[in-house]
Amino acid sequence: MNQDVVIQGPNVAHTQHSDDTGHHHDHHEQHFIWKYIFSQDHKMIAKQYLITGIIWAIIGSLFSVFFRLQLGFPNETFPIMEKFLGEWAKGGKLTPEFYYALVTMHGTILVFFVLTAGLSGTFSNFLIPLQIGARDMASPFMNMISYWFFFMASVVMFASLFVQTGPASGGWTTYPPLSALKEASLGSGIGMDLWLIAMVLFVVSSLLGSLNYVSTILNMRTKGMTMTRMPLTIWALFFTAVLGILSFPVLVSGFVLLIFDRSFGTSFYLSEIFIGGKALPYVGGSAILYQHLFWFLGHPEVYIIMLPGMGMASEILSNHSRKPIFGYFAMIISLVGITVLAFLVWAHHMFVTGMSPFLGSIFVLLTLLIAVPSAVKVFNWLTTIWRGNIRFTVPMMFALGFVSMFISGGLTGIFLGNSALDIHLHDTYFVIAHFHIVMGVSAFFGMFAGIYHWYPKMFGRFMNNTLGYIHFFSTFIGAYLIFWPMHYEGIAGMPRRYYDYSAWQSFKQFEGLNAFISIVVILVFIAQLIFVLNFFVSIWYGRRVTTMNPWNSTSLEWTTPIRPGHGNWPGEIPTVYRWAYDYKDDGHGNDFIPQTTPIRDGEEVH
Amino acid sequence: MSGFILIALLILVLSVIYQIARASEFATILRGEGRVQASTNRTIGWVMVIMFVAGMWGIYMCHEALKGKMLPVSASVQGEQYDFMLKITLIVTGIVFVITQGLLFWFAFRYQSTEKRTSYFYAHNNRLELIWTTIPALVMAVLVAIGLRNWLNITSEAPRDSQVVEVVGKQFNWIIRYPGADGVLGKRNFQLINNENNVLGLDTSDRQNMDDVVLENGEVHVIVNRPVKFIIGSRDVIHDVGLPHFRYKMDAVPGITTTLWFTPKYTTTQMKEMTDNPDFVYELSCDQMCGKGHYSMRGTIIVETPEEHAAWVAKQQPYLKGGQSPAPAPSAVDSTGGPAAKAPVESITKR
Repeated sequence: MNQDVVIQGPNVAHTQHSDDTGHHHDHHEQHFIWKYIFSQDHKMIAKQYLITGIIWAIIGSLFSVFFRLQLGFPNETFPIMEKFLGEWAKGGKLTPEFYYALVTMHGTILVFFVLTAGLSGTFSNFLIPLQIGARDMASPFMNMISYWFFFMASVVMFASLFVQTGPASGGWTTYPPLSALKEASLGSGIGMDLWLIAMVLFVVSSLLGSLNYVSTILNMRTKGMTMTRMPLTIWALFFTAVLGILSFPVLVSGFVLLIFDRSFGTSFYLSEIFIGGKALPYVGGSAILYQHLFWFLGHPEVYIIMLPGMGMASEILSNHSRKPIFGYFAMIISLVGITVLAFLVWAHHMFVTGMSPFLGSIFVLLTLLIAVPSAVKVFNWLTTIWRGNIRFTVPMMFALGFVSMFISGGLTGIFLGNSALDIHLHDTYFVIAHFHIVMGVSAFFGMFAGIYHWYPKMFGRFMNNTLGYIHFFSTFIGAYLIFWPMHYEGIAGMPRRYYDYSAWQSFKQFEGLNAFISIVVILVFIAQLIFVLNFFVSIWYGRRVTTMNPWNSTSLEWTTPIRPGHGNWPGEIPTVYRWAYDYKDDGHGNDFIPQTTPIRDGEEVH
Repeated sequence: MSGFILIALLILVLSVIYQIARASEFATILRGEGRVQASTNRTIGWVMVIMFVAGMWGIYMCHEALKGKMLPVSASVQGEQYDFMLKITLIVTGIVFVITQGLLFWFAFRYQSTEKRTSYFYAHNNRLELIWTTIPALVMAVLVAIGLRNWLNITSEAPRDSQVVEVVGKQFNWIIRYPGADGVLGKRNFQLINNENNVLGLDTSDRQNMDDVVLENGEVHVIVNRPVKFIIGSRDVIHDVGLPHFRYKMDAVPGITTTLWFTPKYTTTQMKEMTDNPDFVYELSCDQMCGKGHYSMRGTIIVETPEEHAAWVAKQQPYLKGGQSPAPAPSAVDSTGGPAAKAPVESITKR
């Protein structure tokens, strides 16, 4: 039973085999370094992304616990914080400078390092070759380089936490002049330089990855796998990559100009500034230009975060309802709609920058248009579970939670996209509530659903179910308890990014509510530690997967061995005969027909 | 020390939870996976129903608990439109929210897996797709129409008889300038700023500056029922003039002048009575992160009757003391008509 697949590459000189059944090996074992560190196997790279993402997620959410302690209990001290943060929290109370640094790093880490690299990096790498029937990515080497750029970005970003003047503290959007002038804030010193370097490395990583994903999907599909037979996960990951390729370079151009302004005396973003006791020589720049460049990425970025979750939720809702996804083509068209519109709505983040009201109204129109494809997706998901045969497995719970969160967070977007409402709600807690529910919690739920669903494929073991349910219910309920009341604070005008509200007549009445939210934050954080524990312990001690297709799924990844080696399929790559959602009676008592089963006589082709 | 105990306790609790979960996994295998899965499924089906009902009740409780802490009615005429529009949008999204969440939880409960059930193969229906593309599009069109009407209204030109107030942000307070008796704000030049006697960089050669009043305490005095136009600027980084009670917000950007205008409806005194709060004050918050003191960048708006306002104005002194008597050097150059010296001044006034 030799399962030989020849993989070309500098480190893989020998034929591969894939089994853990323990029978005798007549091949060389791959060295640890090439197998686990500088691996070119897309599955290993996916795990590297995932584990790096999990480590970042712990750091990023721990930061939110620290600053929630300040927000919830502004008059208390927490000596434990001094242990973690040293002089930034002398006597157990955060300094304002470091509070803003924490807020900034929380946003940067979660948006870019976790929900972009950790999410689409993991699942694009893992699922694309497996679900389209390819041995690996179009360029496994480039894929490896992509991860190592991400790793370098992580190292630089992590290092920036320890510099003397502190990490960047101008918000994750780092608007100049605040981020451009050392005089404006402590964090705009070396911390900001490191932030910019890390982000440029990050963008390189993202571009290398995305180009690979797109070329793999377009060129390396197995025989019979037409574009319209691909699972929706692949469609979603495809558009995610397209969004990244087209928008990240614009962000880099914005960063390069910022680097020039910071270090080389140009005035792209700076004009008529008096700071630190003197008038600066810059004249003629526009601080608003940066915001246009930033949000030209910044808005597609929201969909870079959302689309993988949408794709995985579609797949998981269908699989665990034992029912085809409803409106496959409508789902693809709505993805196209979202992708195109994502590039045309960036200025809705800038309604109150003094932009032309006419331009503003164009962006209102385009922004609210996005609600249409989003609504189509929600109704299709609802119809998918309608009259299904729903198994409440842990991934299914998270997929249902994803839909619930997406509805809640999507609806509040209708408020913020309408400039006449945004003029009051802008930069208040309403915004915090909106984007945390829709691209924070919802995207995380998509990610969790994906992790629980494909964990058996990744590690050949299951995660613990009981812990999974505890994780789901505490996170689902906790997230609503945290973010629902924030809408009220926002409608009451409470500004975001404040260190202390006690001096404000208009906002100090929410003191009790802030304390409540902070307590729930701590509990939800602990619930995430349960997930982390479950994840890592199950790698070695989880219940073993004993069948090739534990979820009775139709798609190709479940036709590989339980622990597939590099090359995925031991023999021929299977041929595909049908779409990915044939959840119907196969005539032998099964309620699904795998994509590899030929069409029977007289069977209707989708 | 207590920190370590806390962390040790946390680790202990996590490992206990983990052990219990492991035990239940073994129990599952012993009792037969199929049976356990079926009973788990039934339980979770009911949990979904309970969660939905509890959620709706929670939303109601949250509303009851917080509605007393919200903003009072709009203190500006233009804000009334905002309040109306917020209500409409809340109703529309509220209906959609309850229906879609209701369906989600109901379907989950109703179509939970049982041994008897088989799923219904239903892959597409173009008519349904058409319906739920069109309806959201129409609803959005209505919301956009209301929104744009209000948007063009609130961003329109200020009426000619508006009071004019200049609000300039700096790290970390607001500087307010009034035009004085001539009703015109004089020219400013950021290169003339100094923190001792010219915080806004007023151009001393411009006579219109001579009666301008500058307050560094962030107090904006305006007259009730008369439109007021804010000329907004910044000395250093981007700030934002946030006026929650008037439902307005506008960025203060260095090098760019932005404006907003509104008509205050109630004096501060009236609002104190209406809200039953003797400490009530209209606050001006900075809503764009501007550095470590962002949270303390507070201003106040004092809405007065014309009489109170006139009495307050009478007490104010022009910022540039002594009128035009000690003409400083830059203005001397300026008056001789040197075009080079004039350039920076004009660059400001053009905007």
